Amino acid sequence: MIVKLAFRNLMGAGLRTWLNVIVLSLAFVMIIWVKGMLEGMNNYARTAKIDSEVGGGQFWHRSYDPYDMLTYEESHGVPPPALSRLVERGEAAAVLLTPASIYPDGRLQSVVLKGIDPGQKIVNLPASFLAVETPGAIPGMIGNMMAHQTKLEIGDYVTARWRDVHGTFDATDIRIVQIMRTTQPTIDQGQIWVPLARLQEMMRAPGEASYLVLAKGAETIPEGIEGWIHRNPEYLLQEISDMIQMKSVSMNIIYSLLLLLGLLAIFDTQVLSIWRRRKEIGTFMALGMERGKVIRLFTFEGALHGIFALLVGAIYGIPVLAWTLRRGLSMPEITDNIGFAIPETLYPSYGGQLVIGTTILVFITVTIVSFLPATKIAKLKPTDALRGKQS
Amino acid sequence: MGNQADRSAGEAAPAKNGALITTSGLVKQFPTGGYLFTALNGINLLIDRGEFTGLVGPSGSGKTTLLNIIGALDYPSSGSAVVLGSDTKHLNHKQSARLRNHHIGFIFQTYNLLPVYTVYENVEFPLLLLGMEADRRRRAVTQALEWVGLTDRAQQRPAQLSGGESQRVAVARAMVKKPEIVLADEPTANLDAENSHNILRMMVELNTELETTFIFATHDEKVIRYLRRRITLRDGRVVEDREMEPDYTT
Repeated sequence: MIVKLAFRNLMGAGLRTWLNVIVLSLAFVMIIWVKGMLEGMNNYARTAKIDSEVGGGQFWHRSYDPYDMLTYEESHGVPPPALSRLVERGEAAAVLLTPASIYPDGRLQSVVLKGIDPGQKIVNLPASFLAVETPGAIPGMIGNMMAHQTKLEIGDYVTARWRDVHGTFDATDIRIVQIMRTTQPTIDQGQIWVPLARLQEMMRAPGEASYLVLAKGAETIPEGIEGWIHRNPEYLLQEISDMIQMKSVSMNIIYSLLLLLGLLAIFDTQVLSIWRRRKEIGTFMALGMERGKVIRLFTFEGALHGIFALLVGAIYGIPVLAWTLRRGLSMPEITDNIGFAIPETLYPSYGGQLVIGTTILVFITVTIVSFLPATKIAKLKPTDALRGKQS
Repeated sequence: MGNQADRSAGEAAPAKNGALITTSGLVKQFPTGGYLFTALNGINLLIDRGEFTGLVGPSGSGKTTLLNIIGALDYPSSGSAVVLGSDTKHLNHKQSARLRNHHIGFIFQTYNLLPVYTVYENVEFPLLLLGMEADRRRRAVTQALEWVGLTDRAQQRPAQLSGGESQRVAVARAMVKKPEIVLADEPTANLDAENSHNILRMMVELNTELETTFIFATHDEKVIRYLRRRITLRDGRVVEDREMEPDYTT
């Protein structure tokens, strides 16, 4: 009975109901869309980082700190046999780093030279391009962001200056043999990839590495390797998770405001409805409807806004969300500097948990917002209500 | 007005078929601007089953307040109002609602129909509150609409009805559950003479047929002519309580 009456009252309110429902449905669809985008971004960033950098985890030289370039010169060593065997079996790829300076167009720019085996299959880098002979120069590969910053193109030579393990400065030319297309800034910006053997030779550090990348899904992780620290994928992806988390906070504020707007409209409608319909409330009571039931009726009326919003949201939201899922969303170039990999076209990810969670969130908040004004009915005297007075 | 058996003011009338309503020393006060306004002052009444009684008096005499207390919509400040064996002063909200739901029908001056419901659904509403099953409900609503002659308007909404028709729907709604008591607060105040007489005649018939006790709060002469007992209130006191010979001529 309450359901039927609430439904009729809501329909009877006409345009006011539908305005509330539309605002709320917008909030509902926006939450799913924005969260889906963030989830898609998160998934892409994590996948891209795993593919191109993290693999199945890494072993770091004990002094290696990716956030402190000044330690790079000291943070390398010959991997112990347990790790070398992984590299030999193709289950890991060694990477050696050293800070260097390059002089594109006569300007000084600090970079990191990264040595990697051109034959490695562990990370998704076109390292095989480094397996070319470049007489009088070292073959080098840079990412598209680095190419954009330095204006370097394939075939260009750039002078690089570095220090070997004994602290002696040396310099040579690097010939750009490939500009890799990547969205992953951590393998691109300020970096030049060179063949591992050449870098070991340049640094006079034969057989040494700064870190090793394990193959994805590596089952046996050597333990107790002295001087080398194992970092699992979750540890290595923490930075991305934190950044996504930070971005989601600002997004949360935006859609919370939208949801708040919808809830405010419903709260307002409820307060107004209880004010305007005091006589009707009095009639309900006079006819023998218990006060609790009247409160339930008004709460349910408000909650029905939520249900209608979910239905209306589904009507236009499903096609819109499905379209973005299929076509993706083109990302502007500015996102190159966002700090993690952003694809040119971002595909959202709408999980069941997201949709169900948002549905429950909208329904519960709407019900609470509807209930709060309805509690006023508990204080309303039937005699006052019948006369249209507020108790 | 025919035969009138006078009783002294404030003295309870004797029960004939067993009193449905008894008030003893009933006082109702309202706080108004820093002092207590006494709306009812020591009302003693007995109202029996099947009466067709009116609480008569000028505005502010306490008619509606007394009706509200009898209908368990309000509570006495002191004294008691026992309705169908229940002292309304000691009923909680749920028990009052239950008493109204099962035993009391209300008719208001402004009809108080639910605007989003059809005539049929308005009449059906008290039965839904009673939790009556669909079949019985349908029969009862159809019968109530026949009593008031509105079968053909069953699917109309209140906004499409005239004042007289609306009040007939209100009567049907009050009568559909065949309550022991119907409380009517100025039921004809918004109606013209013809509609008033039609409604009152219908109420008399229902009173006779179903033995429902009708209590009116009114100062409308058209209603007073139909009463078999007139309780006159002034300043919250019963100043006259007498039986009357009703005059059904229009």
